[in-house]
Amino acid sequence: MKFPTETSPHVISHANVPSVMRQVAYALVPGTAAMAWYFGWGVLFNIVIAVTVALASEAAVLRLRNRPVQPALTDCSAILTGWLLALALPPLIPWWLTALGTGFAIVVAKQLYGGLGHNPFNPAMTGYVVLIISFPAELTQWPPPGMLAEVHFGPLETLGIILTGELPNALTWDSVTQATPLDTMRTHLGLYETLEEIRQSPIWGDFGGRGWEWIGNWYLIGGLWLVFRKVVDWRIPAGVLGGLILISTFFYLADPDIHPFPAFHVFSGGVMLGAFFIATDPVSASGTPLGRLIYGAGIGVLIYVIRTWGGYPDAVAFAVLLMNAAAPMIDQYTRPRTYGHDPAGE
Amino acid sequence: MEENNHKLWHFHGGLKLNPHKKISTGTPLRRVPPPDTLTLPTHQHIGDPAEVLVKVGDRVNKGQLLARANGYISARVHASSSGTVVEVGQRPVPHPSGMNAECIVIDTDGRDDWGDSRLPAIDDYTALSPASLRSRVRECGIVGLGGAAFPTSVKLNPLPHHTIDTLIINGVECEPYITCDDTLIRERAGDLIESARILRHAMGNPECILAIESDMPAARDALWEALGGEQADGIRVAVVPTIYPSGSEKQLIRVLTGREVPAHGLPHDVGLVCQNVGTAYAVYRAVRHGEPLLERIVTVTGRGVEAPCNLEVLLGTPVAEVIATAGGYTPSAQRLIMGGPMMGIALQDDIVPVVKATNCLLVASASEIDQPQPMMPCIRCGECARVCPAALLPQELYRHAKNREFDRVQEFNLFDCIECGCCAYVCPSRLPLVHYYRFAKSEIGERERERKASDLARRRFEFRQERLEREKLERAERQARKRAKVASKASAPDKKAAIDAAVERSRARREQRSADESARPDVVEQQSGEVENTDQIHAREQ
Ligand code: SF4
Ligand code: SF4
Repeated sequence: MKFPTETSPHVISHANVPSVMRQVAYALVPGTAAMAWYFGWGVLFNIVIAVTVALASEAAVLRLRNRPVQPALTDCSAILTGWLLALALPPLIPWWLTALGTGFAIVVAKQLYGGLGHNPFNPAMTGYVVLIISFPAELTQWPPPGMLAEVHFGPLETLGIILTGELPNALTWDSVTQATPLDTMRTHLGLYETLEEIRQSPIWGDFGGRGWEWIGNWYLIGGLWLVFRKVVDWRIPAGVLGGLILISTFFYLADPDIHPFPAFHVFSGGVMLGAFFIATDPVSASGTPLGRLIYGAGIGVLIYVIRTWGGYPDAVAFAVLLMNAAAPMIDQYTRPRTYGHDPAGE
Repeated sequence: MEENNHKLWHFHGGLKLNPHKKISTGTPLRRVPPPDTLTLPTHQHIGDPAEVLVKVGDRVNKGQLLARANGYISARVHASSSGTVVEVGQRPVPHPSGMNAECIVIDTDGRDDWGDSRLPAIDDYTALSPASLRSRVRECGIVGLGGAAFPTSVKLNPLPHHTIDTLIINGVECEPYITCDDTLIRERAGDLIESARILRHAMGNPECILAIESDMPAARDALWEALGGEQADGIRVAVVPTIYPSGSEKQLIRVLTGREVPAHGLPHDVGLVCQNVGTAYAVYRAVRHGEPLLERIVTVTGRGVEAPCNLEVLLGTPVAEVIATAGGYTPSAQRLIMGGPMMGIALQDDIVPVVKATNCLLVASASEIDQPQPMMPCIRCGECARVCPAALLPQELYRHAKNREFDRVQEFNLFDCIECGCCAYVCPSRLPLVHYYRFAKSEIGERERERKASDLARRRFEFRQERLEREKLERAERQARKRAKVASKASAPDKKAAIDAAVERSRARREQRSADESARPDVVEQQSGEVENTDQIHAREQ
């Protein structure tokens, strides 16, 4: 009797790229829902716009490159890129900015480098950085979280603002947006106020900005689930949070009047999202076990450095991209010891 | 019952695989009747093919030597039953490419007659010296039966500076489905303990660890009973956790002793010898019964066979007949694998014979194996590195192998890859990683051979040039001498000086030449142990 031949192993586990990506997407749901709860419908519309543009531009480029379109669309990676980018954008941002950033992320940061698996930089963060450098004003127009907001927009109103870029009822942007907690912190520290004074402001919650801290908690929960399911390597988020906590504790202890306490840093802005969902993008991260700790810690420290001394209040995107650039070198110096090389022989 | 309380170590990575051992352990060990024809390949081991000693038409007894070992790393081949040699030539052998190789084909006479081919039994093993054990093992053509088929006598021959303090008898079958070692232990525990005693004695009484897996309780009980407890007489039974690939030699050594075999070394270098239980049993048969290696236990399993079981099979029996003894194929038979699902090779055809390395015939149904999947790009998720028992970076090996950057793959220690398949098993992008490593290894081997060959050719050419040059010089000198002779008629003292100088010159040249001679490449080639080393490295990959 004749049989077909295949090479070993003849069995494989049933994890595959789409299932991994899907799990990441599931884990994003709680944080996303929290964000929509605090910041309104805009969060959801942005996601829809970004995901649509991501899929469309991915399909377009693949067609141009004469590559099969369908497997790339179903691997869910473009969806995640769009989704993550949308979460980093202010909820009332005009649609074309979202589209522009997403298009850049997919076309330039991902496909021009060869598509999935070949991009040295995280596409979502590349798209974000392009936007914040080119359109700094629009990118910092955040409304206050729900409980502090004076005006609330329904879904249709929100959609209208996003599509037209115009506010209804002669409202001004100044009246619907507010500096984010990180911004406030920067400005007031710049005015030589002490932290104690700054914390009197109503936008402070228990350990981060009001609303923001809870969004952070939900990302944390989703992220821990991913770690538990071994979808992401614990070393990267542990590195990010560890690095950020260490350096902020150091400065906080040195002078608590002008350096925010560590929990503020961890629960403000995009740190939780960044630590569990963005830094952990395996394609652009370091690949070795030790390397991933270093890579994560590097991001944590850079977030602190850029927030404290740099020009941008939230620094996750820049920190991630800088460490993306360093990842190949980190890998080079952190290769694990192969069995039988310099035997440990405990 | 209490578990053994000796310390165990961990190795990096590894997998928990679904066990499928129960499929084949329900029925007692049986024997496949001697087939009408036996096909015995001359290359059933790592090393050089054995050299055929018989010719077509020869009558042979069971146990008679058919082919002798060709060099140090090689193994004898014996007739596994009596009959007549009907062919010596190329026949299909178990190999993924379905290739042919030299085989001796015997038409059996059904008498299974030993004649006088049995070696004298050694009743008192304590009279056995290491050297005489080795020569018995060598005479009996014993090779590692765990699947690697490395000649056993070589493994039993540590260099003088190696002190062997531990002998491991490996009964850890980490591949799902395979139960031949488990069966052997359950059915022949007493003989196995005896073999441990023989091996210990012949290796200078090292501590002996008989290692089995935690999912083999019956085997453990059988061993405890035969030994009279968990440990006695320097032999101890160790139960290791069921983690694939803990049965792989290097990983098992790590688990049991915490030692690591150096990358370019052998277990000998860290004071160890490791033998598979089947091999140990073959040594026992060789010593106590004077029997060469003529048969082995083969697990026949999978949903593609009617009655999965373990069978004692004469080497050379066609796979088809072994399957027939196990009730034949079921309609769902999809793939025929020699070995287990992780490392086994898929056979094209069941006419190939059972060889010394055939530990399992897995006839898998579609539900038991995975069809090749569409590949996605590597997303550098690092899963492969997490499970690699050799602590390699499989994703980097893959990247460089795919780009044919062979220097880089070697930098990433490709040759430490044991081809266990853990990385390919977990890869979410479905990359056939092991396939790329095999490709890179063979490509590098090929280049190495080519380089050596061209080196040799170049050096031969240079030697030839040198020789021609030398001859030209010598001719010129002879003429000079002649001229000097003529000239000497004019001045006698000059003549003597010229002759002395010429003699001196030619003596110096002679010396130079003989020095060159001994440095010739082909001589060097023979002296270097390189060939042996590569084979040993291969053997240790099991
Ligand atoms: S498991 Fe596969 S996809 Fe993941 S890093 Fe390894 S080769 Fe790449
Ligand atoms: S096949 Fe090689 S690279 Fe892959 S896990 Fe096994 S040893 Fe590591």
